[in-house]
Amino acid sequence: MSALKQIAEELWGLFVDDGLVALAFFGWIVIAALLLPRLHLAAAGGPVLFLGCAAIVVFSLLRAARR
Amino acid sequence: MQAMIGPWTHIGPPLIAAFLASLVECVEALTIVLAVGAVRGWRLALGGAGAGALLLVVLVLLLGPSLRLVPIQVLQVVIGVLLLLFGTRWLRKAILRASGFIALRDETAQFAKQTDALQGDGGRDRVADAIAWTTAFKAVVLEGLEVIFIVIAVGAVGDLLVPAGIGAGLAVLAVVALGFIIHRPLARVPENSLKFVVGVMISSFGVFWLGEGLGLAWPGNDLALLGLIAGWLVLALAMVQILRSGAPATVGGRS
Repeated sequence: MSALKQIAEELWGLFVDDGLVALAFFGWIVIAALLLPRLHLAAAGGPVLFLGCAAIVVFSLLRAARR
Repeated sequence: MQAMIGPWTHIGPPLIAAFLASLVECVEALTIVLAVGAVRGWRLALGGAGAGALLLVVLVLLLGPSLRLVPIQVLQVVIGVLLLLFGTRWLRKAILRASGFIALRDETAQFAKQTDALQGDGGRDRVADAIAWTTAFKAVVLEGLEVIFIVIAVGAVGDLLVPAGIGAGLAVLAVVALGFIIHRPLARVPENSLKFVVGVMISSFGVFWLGEGLGLAWPGNDLALLGLIAGWLVLALAMVQILRSGAPATVGGRS
């Protein structure tokens, strides 16, 4: 049972090592899903999604460096 | 020329991403299997590793076909989110290591740690043998699950499972062959550089598939993937430079 628990924890750890970063990504994805298709950005929609994700990574790195 | 470039821009990124990511995972699994072999014998090490590999094959055969049942848009969003989380986790760690905030992973130190732990488990009794077998089994299953995830994630959505699988297969063959030849951890593999490159590629796939799943358009369609790779790479290199200026002089043993 403990081996299964460890495997489950390892699987979770594959994707989430900082809960705040994961939460920020989910928040941005929800905003992007609701907002970006309505803004009629044409081919700029994808790049805007990327910029939001890039901003989250930058802020998470600056936060990690301060700790 | 165009006919040659076309297929490579399509199959090249998933093949390279799967190869490099699998290389990292296989090197980590090899270190543990070698430690088990060195301390408790090769029968246990290879037995545990073989059973782990067999379990992975069964999982792929059972779960693989079910992917076809998932609607493509759902698959794009789910895999996009998972790739984004997975890729940026590797990328952030690689950036923090490259800029000196956390220590580089040392396969020789990992090997010594595993060896010490296994030696501490006592004499040549059944319990110690079972622990050694389970250690090799778990290493192959856990690292192998990551390989399977990467292959499925970079290959499933664009119908590119074959090139992604070939990339991962080549990495497994290369590491297993090197393990048999040198019988030592592959300490000279530039693991952080690999994680850096793979983090860039996987994050790019993640944003691309997520955008596709959300119905957002990309300039140049599939070619936007190359632009995303360039974008993440520039950002990552810039962050290494920015963070280096404020990095601590010495870094502890975190890995």
